[in-house]
Amino acid sequence: MTEAHEQARSAAREPSVDPATDPSAGEVFDADIHAKAREVIARYPQSRSALLPLLHLVQSVQGYVSREGITFCARHLDLSEAEVSGVVTFYTMYKRRPCGQHLVSVCTNTLCAALGGDAVYRRLCEHLGEEGRPLGHEETAGTPGEQGSITIEHAECLAACDLAPVLQVNYEYFDNQSPDSAVELVDALRNGDKPAPTRGAPLTDFRSAELQLAGFFPDDSEQSRSDVDAPTAAEETVRGARLAQDRGWTAPAMPDDVALPEVEQK
Amino acid sequence: MSDPITPVLTKRWLSPNSWRLSTYEQLEGYTAVRKALRGTPEQLVSLIKEAGLRGRGGAGFPAGVKWGFMPKDEEKPHYLVINADEGEPGTCKDIPLMMADPHSLIEGCIISAYAMRAHRCFIYVRGEVLHCMRRLSAAVSEAYEAGYLGSDILGSGFDLDITVHAGAGAYICGEETALLDSLEGRRGEPRLKPPFPAASGLYAQPTTVNNVETIATVPFIVNGGVDWFRAMGTEKSPGPKIYSISGHVEHPGQYEAPLGTTLRELLDLAGGMKDGIPLKFWTPGGSSTPLFTAEHLDVPLDFEGAAEAGSMLGTTALMIFNETVSVPWAVMKWTQFYRHESCGKCTPCREGTYWLAQILERMVDGRGTEEDIETLLDVCDNVLGRSFCALGDGAVSPITSGIQYFRSEFLELCRQNATSSAASSGGDAQSALVGAQS
Repeated sequence: MTEAHEQARSAAREPSVDPATDPSAGEVFDADIHAKAREVIARYPQSRSALLPLLHLVQSVQGYVSREGITFCARHLDLSEAEVSGVVTFYTMYKRRPCGQHLVSVCTNTLCAALGGDAVYRRLCEHLGEEGRPLGHEETAGTPGEQGSITIEHAECLAACDLAPVLQVNYEYFDNQSPDSAVELVDALRNGDKPAPTRGAPLTDFRSAELQLAGFFPDDSEQSRSDVDAPTAAEETVRGARLAQDRGWTAPAMPDDVALPEVEQK
Repeated sequence: MSDPITPVLTKRWLSPNSWRLSTYEQLEGYTAVRKALRGTPEQLVSLIKEAGLRGRGGAGFPAGVKWGFMPKDEEKPHYLVINADEGEPGTCKDIPLMMADPHSLIEGCIISAYAMRAHRCFIYVRGEVLHCMRRLSAAVSEAYEAGYLGSDILGSGFDLDITVHAGAGAYICGEETALLDSLEGRRGEPRLKPPFPAASGLYAQPTTVNNVETIATVPFIVNGGVDWFRAMGTEKSPGPKIYSISGHVEHPGQYEAPLGTTLRELLDLAGGMKDGIPLKFWTPGGSSTPLFTAEHLDVPLDFEGAAEAGSMLGTTALMIFNETVSVPWAVMKWTQFYRHESCGKCTPCREGTYWLAQILERMVDGRGTEEDIETLLDVCDNVLGRSFCALGDGAVSPITSGIQYFRSEFLELCRQNATSSAASSGGDAQSALVGAQS
C-alpha cells in the first residue's frame, strides 16, 4: 500500500508522465476517456475543480469508482490517491462497489416517507431480494453491469416533494409512485424494458447517465435535442401558474421603459 | 393589492418548449440584459438594493448588499457561483425553474455577473437531477451560439463564460462555503467566516454565491423597476416568491404568490387539506425551519412574519402533515437525515446528530423514557450555534419545535413504554429501571 502510494505520489509530481500512455494507470480507461478527462480539466481555471466530474466520468466506464479510477483521477490532476479517495468517500453518488445496469433511488425522507416512500422502498427491497432475504441499501439484484441488474438505494430528499412519493432510475424522475407501480417498474427493468420516466429523458443505463453528469451529452444532435425536450411539465409544477391563468390573476403590469437608478459617479 | 397568485418566474412554465431559446426570446427573454448592459454595474447594484430583493436560498440576505461587498476594482478575477444544489427537505422550486425556464437563470447570471464585474460563472447543480443538467447545458450552448455568452456580449465589450457543474450527492454543499470547497474538487466542508466569499471565495478570489430563484428574479427587476417589484410582497420582504406546497393537501404544487401570503390563503389555493383530515404540523421553509401548527395558519409568510412567530421563512417549502402523522416519528426521520448529511467537520454537529438520532430511534421504537426528552433538549442546546455552518442549527429545529408543540406526544410514547415494561419482566427489566428513575 505505502509503496504503491509512494509510487503514485512521485508519479503524480512528475508532470512529464502522460496518463494516457502510462501503463500503470491500467488499461481500463481507453484513449477516448483520457481525451474526455483533458476536456473536463480544460473547463476550469484550476484543474482540481475537475475532480467531481472526473469521478462521474470514471463511473461511466466501470459503474463505480474503482482503485484504477482513483489512480486515473490522481494522475490527471496531480493529486495523491489519498486526496482523491477522501473526496470519493464524502459523496453518496460515488459508488464503492459495481452498480447494476440501473440504479433505483427511493426517497425515504420524511415527506415522501409519510406519503408512502418507506412502503415503496420496503416492497422493492423484498421484491428484489432472494430466498426471503430482502435486498439492502446499495445492494444489487443480478450481476452488476449485466442487463437487467438493479442496484437499490434509499435516497435523501430528491427535491420533488410536490410529486411525492418519488423515486429515480439513473437519476430520472418517476413521480407519484406506489409500492405496486414501483414493483411493476423494476420488473420491466429486469426484463430489459425501459419505461419512460415521468420527467426526464428516455432511460439508458447508470453508466450512460454518469457520462452525462460528467458533461458529455450524446454526439448525435437529434438525439441530444430529443433528450433535452423530453417531458417535464407535471401538473403539480404548473399548478399555480395554471390556476392564475384560469382565474385571470396576474402580477402587476410592468411600466414601459423604466430607467435604471441614477448613481453618483465617484 | 396584488392578486393571490402573481406568476412572474413561473409564468413561462405554461408555454410549450419553454426551455428553448426561441420560446424565451418570444416571451421578452434577453430584453433585460440589453438594458442592463447599457447601464453601469453601480446602477445595477443600486437597483437590486432599492428593490429590496432578498436571497431566496433560505437566509434572506439582501442580494444587492451582498453584491456590494465585491471589490470595485478588477485586480483579481471575480466569480459568480449559482447555488443550484437544491436539497433542503421539502424544497422543490429551483429544479422545476431550471428545467422549465433555464434561460431566465442564464440571463440573470449575465446581468448579475456584469454588476459584480465577474467574467466566470459556475452553476453548481445537484448531481441527482440529470434532466436539469441536460436542460441547463443545452440552454448555455444556445446562449453561446446566439452571442449572449462568450466575449463582447451583444457588442457591450463585456465577457462572460458559464460552466455547468454537477455535484455528487451531499446536502451540505448547499451551504455556500462548502459549495465552494466542493467546486474546488474537495470534500464539501464549510469554511470559517470571515473571510466572507466576497473577499476570499472560489480559489480565494472575490466570489458571490446566489440561489437560482434570486438570480432568475433579477431580469424582471431590471425590466419592471423598483416600484413594480415592491408592488408585491411586504415592505421588508418585497416581491413574488415560489411557495412549494407538498404533503397532505388536495393539490400540491408550485404557487408563486407575493411574500407575506399566509398558509390559510395558500391552503385555499391548493384545494385544502387532503380528504378533509385536519392539519397537525407544517414547515414554513424546509425541515431546518422550526415546525408550525394549526395555530400558525395566519402567520404572514415573509422573512419577518415567520421569524416573529418563532420559525424562519427558509426556502418557502411548505410540507403539510395531517393528524395521521406522528411527530416523534417525523422528527426522527429528519434527524436521521441530518446525521447522514452532517459533514463531520464540527464535533457538536457530527456527534450531536449521531446521538440525537439514536435517542429518537429508541423512543419511536417504544423504548424511550421521559428523561430522554430532557436529554434531547440538552443535546440540542449543545449543538445549536456551536458549529461553522447552520446544518447543526437546522438539525435541532424539528426536535426543539416538535417538543415545544407536541411534548405530550413524546411523553405518551415514553409512558406506553413504562407501562409495558412494568407489565413484562426479564429482558425489559433495565428499561423499566431507567423509566422508574425519571
